[in-house]
Amino acid sequence: MNRFAPIALVATIALFLQGCAGWQSALDPKGPAASELAWLIWFFTGLCAAVWVLVMIALALPLMMRPRARVEPLVIDADADNRKLRVVLTAVGLTVVILVGLTLLSFFANRTLAAIGSHAALTIRVTGHQWWWEVRYEDATPSHILTTANEIHIPAGEPVRLLLTSTDVIHSFWVPSLSGKLDLIPGRMNVLDIKADKPGVYRGQCAEFCGAQHANMGTFIIAEPREKFDAWWNDQLEPAAAPMSDEAKTGENLFLKRPCVMCHKIGGTPAGGTVAPDLTHIASRQTLAAGTLTMSRGNLAAWIADPQGVKPGSHMPVVDLNGDELNAIVAYLEGLK
Amino acid sequence: MRCAVAVLFPVVLMLVACQREERDTRPQSALGSGEQPTPVTTLEPGGQRPSPTDNKAASFEANAFHLSEGKRLFGWFNCSGCHANGGGGMGPALMDEKWIYGSSMESIHATIRDGRPNGMPSFRDKIPDDQIWELAAFVRSLSGNAPSSAAPSRNDDMMAHPSENRMPNAATLGKSP
Ligand code: HEC
Ligand code: HEC
Ligand SMILES: [Cu+2]
Repeated sequence: MNRFAPIALVATIALFLQGCAGWQSALDPKGPAASELAWLIWFFTGLCAAVWVLVMIALALPLMMRPRARVEPLVIDADADNRKLRVVLTAVGLTVVILVGLTLLSFFANRTLAAIGSHAALTIRVTGHQWWWEVRYEDATPSHILTTANEIHIPAGEPVRLLLTSTDVIHSFWVPSLSGKLDLIPGRMNVLDIKADKPGVYRGQCAEFCGAQHANMGTFIIAEPREKFDAWWNDQLEPAAAPMSDEAKTGENLFLKRPCVMCHKIGGTPAGGTVAPDLTHIASRQTLAAGTLTMSRGNLAAWIADPQGVKPGSHMPVVDLNGDELNAIVAYLEGLK
Repeated sequence: MRCAVAVLFPVVLMLVACQREERDTRPQSALGSGEQPTPVTTLEPGGQRPSPTDNKAASFEANAFHLSEGKRLFGWFNCSGCHANGGGGMGPALMDEKWIYGSSMESIHATIRDGRPNGMPSFRDKIPDDQIWELAAFVRSLSGNAPSSAAPSRNDDMMAHPSENRMPNAATLGKSP
């Protein structure tokens, strides 16, 4: 074996450790639910590892020990028999205690998770679509209800209740840094409570295979201080910004004349489609197409020119546009802050 | 020998699974709906428009992917609002054997793209050309005019009619051969 092989192995394993930190990791908890789960993961892993090591030692010891003098099979050795019985009973007893203990631990962890959202002031309805997330902020005042997509803003330090459902197939909502995963099931409403301790951006991912673009169905939880969150909500309630340049005006007209208007909504214009992401404030988002591209003029153009190249199989068809038309539409959308 | 056959036969059978339908998610030509001549009038004798030169109809008609996309778009673009799942409402029924403007892929495509005088809106420029063909293929499946191996099967929720792959052919329904 090569002298460097062990070093290479350790270095490779160390590289994997990178995956334990960052904006999408169950081992780097950023909220009470995830902390509870991370603690549980470590405890289970540690205890099971200890049991495994003990069993291995118990197996290895007799193999390494020198055999004792042959015992006469016909002689009754009450001491040895008792010892065997004691060892077996102790092992069985320990196993039962450990299993019951672990079950109780996960039971109490579940209770803690369930209690997080009992006083949630904010309710957000998250609907899964192939392959994007519709996000609706509920409010007692109908004019304050807000619909957006793919990015979920929440106030930091406050519990938030998510109502999860789907319109097509089963998806699963998983933001590892904040909570465990929960399915979005057509015709059912699942409840998931989350809380982010500190402001930050936490990535989430659809965790139930849902078709061709399942891997490109990401979401972002953006936790902000309360005032910033309220300001964001108010901004989002505004209708779309009116186009400033001539090019953007042409773009708005094209958007309303061409297929875009059939699927997308832009608040304040006749575009009222509900089957695709709301684009009223598209330029204020950080990513495009459920975390597939970062938001930029170039990426907007790339997506609109060829959504089937970026996300093959996506439910946005290629729309026949020439270069000028494409530029105009991009100029318009870019202004929708 | 017999044993070899017994092994080979199932293996050969399994090869069938390797055949998978191609999914065309991009238009075949860079030109979309603009490529066909614009009619100057919506009136036409015989109810049938001359078929376009490309063979789009054939490539969409028996393709399971396009049929299922057509089914999704039929709901998304609210065709059901006037045609009520194909049973007919403000617009005519699409699951019967009566066709005012012809039952061919080309005539249905023309109906959707250019509209019809008694209330069928024109979706020209509002639906990309390939998606119009998908809708046309799906409309035909409502009256049993699509191969049952390709037409969509039942929904997960309640359906207003038998699934498209079980729709009887409306033209021969109730008639003895
Ligand atoms: C048949 C319906 C349909 C049509 C027509 C359509 N789109 Fe889309 N669009 C979608 C869907 C569905 C998505 C989400 C795709 C995904 O993320 O998988 C989308 C996503 C987008 C996004 C990214 C949204 C986000 O939140 O990241 C933009 C921007 C967009 N479309 C612009 C356009 C423009 C411009 C047009 C017209 C040229 C258009 N769309 C036509 C269905 C449509
Ligand atoms: C505003 C209501 C309305 C909507 C929406 C609508 N239709 Fe129609 N449709 C009609 C009416 C009315 C007719 C009959 C027109 C006539 O007789 O001239 C018709 C006729 C048709 C026909 C011709 C039927 C025949 O017997 O030849 C087809 C096919 C059709 N529609 C398909 C569609 C599809 C596909 C959609 C969705 C993209 C759609 N329609 C949306 C009202 C509508
Ligand atoms: Cu999904």
